[in-house]
Amino acid sequence: MNRIRRALVAALAIGLVRPLAALAAWNKEAFGAKTAADALKNLGVPNAAPSGDLHIEAPQIAENGAVVPIEISSNIPGTTALIVVIEKNPFPLTARFDFKEGALPFVKVNVKMGETSDVRVIGEAGGKHFSASKEIKVTIGGCGG
Amino acid sequence: MRTAVLAATLVAATAYGQDAAKEIQRYREMVAEGSPAELFELEGETLWKKPQGPKNVSLEQCDLGKGPGVLKGAYAGLPRYFKDADRVMDLETRLLYCMTTLQGRTREEATKRVFGNADHPSEMESLSAYIAGQSRGMKMAPGVSHRKEKQSIELGSALYFHRVGAWDFSCATCHGDEGKRIRMQELPVLYKPEAARAVATSWPAYRVSTSSLVTLQWRMNDCFRQMRTPEPNFGSETTVALIHFITATGAGATYAGPGTKR
Amino acid sequence: MAAGPMKMRATLGQGFTDVRVLMNHPMETGQRKDADGKLVPMHFIQNLTVKVNGRLVVDAQISQAVSRNPVFSFRLKGGAKGDKIEVAWVDNQGESNSTEIAVA
Repeated sequence: MNRIRRALVAALAIGLVRPLAALAAWNKEAFGAKTAADALKNLGVPNAAPSGDLHIEAPQIAENGAVVPIEISSNIPGTTALIVVIEKNPFPLTARFDFKEGALPFVKVNVKMGETSDVRVIGEAGGKHFSASKEIKVTIGGCGG
Repeated sequence: MRTAVLAATLVAATAYGQDAAKEIQRYREMVAEGSPAELFELEGETLWKKPQGPKNVSLEQCDLGKGPGVLKGAYAGLPRYFKDADRVMDLETRLLYCMTTLQGRTREEATKRVFGNADHPSEMESLSAYIAGQSRGMKMAPGVSHRKEKQSIELGSALYFHRVGAWDFSCATCHGDEGKRIRMQELPVLYKPEAARAVATSWPAYRVSTSSLVTLQWRMNDCFRQMRTPEPNFGSETTVALIHFITATGAGATYAGPGTKR
Repeated sequence: MAAGPMKMRATLGQGFTDVRVLMNHPMETGQRKDADGKLVPMHFIQNLTVKVNGRLVVDAQISQAVSRNPVFSFRLKGGAKGDKIEVAWVDNQGESNSTEIAVA
């Protein structure tokens, strides 16, 4: 009850009540899935075909798994969403970005990686799904820095 | 046969090592592009302007070396000698001086919590980020000509090689030879200008592994901790001398603002 | 707990507007232990939106696997000086924040 009240108060204060209804609901099942396969199933994303037009710009080695910078983009015409899945994370689904008219299918974000893992990007374009993947190694740092 | 295998392994190891170093450099560049350090600069600006202490004044009249309240380029000129305190001071030492003299705060109160954490940065950390950010684009030029500045740099140099503590370590034990590293962290040889320039322009910094803003006083403190020596006093002559030695050796590079570290 | 600061930069690029936004948020996974050994509860941004002159252009759902003190970069089609860009977030505890900037 407390949480609902706080949410309403916060929403009213910032004037977010109306827009909240129009936003994509946070997909609890997909984000709570413990395997990449389950997460994608919950998102309703069938087997995605590998595509060279989906790009993942990221370092091959991350000095620290707490902050791994990744830049994802798509050259596939009509891309309306990009989904980030980190295979070996406890909850692989990391983010879903929906791009409306006016935004390019491009995002740079810092993610957490528990260990060396494949980072997969699924692109949604014209109802079809495509994927690309890149392995990022996570090291245990030394002291200093 | 054995020599050939050994040679092949060495070549492979070096090649991998170089690739690894390149990828780590890429990691550092990408992380720096999107660094939360600027958020700490915002917080620091608020603290700089906040009236505090028994005298209920802000730090805005604090002289960081360029005149009371002049922030542009101040960080790039530190450490330096200050006549009113008759000693060489780095940024944090000078801030403490202004907190006690301008604001009337006690050293005890002002240094109660100099190193913060992810949930709650310390005043020193936020102020350091803000003031350092005001030296963006300027060339690092700590004081080197005053008699006491020369003594401070010499002291720092001597301390760099002086072995102390339970493990008989000096800074040079880790930072004394090229090509050394601890796990994946390469250890810069700080008495060499090229390495010192890179280091001097990387502080203060947002440390991603702890989600906190770290400063040079913290770095000195933590190095001594890792060397198993007693904890140095905040803003002590020792810490300032070492910082002075490193920044003087690394003078001349352009400062890009608070950095980002692992 | 008041939401931490946000900072945004929006600059015109080659046919697009580059938007970089930083926000202060713990992004707790619920797996971290505090100094007393107690688990810190999950506290992370779930929804993030980007609006241009009031129109929604990016609608994001994110998880606790996004780094603490998140930083995002987006690219908006075209754009002109003076365009109003607004970034807003809502977290799993009902807290929210937003910031607005005019394209430089």
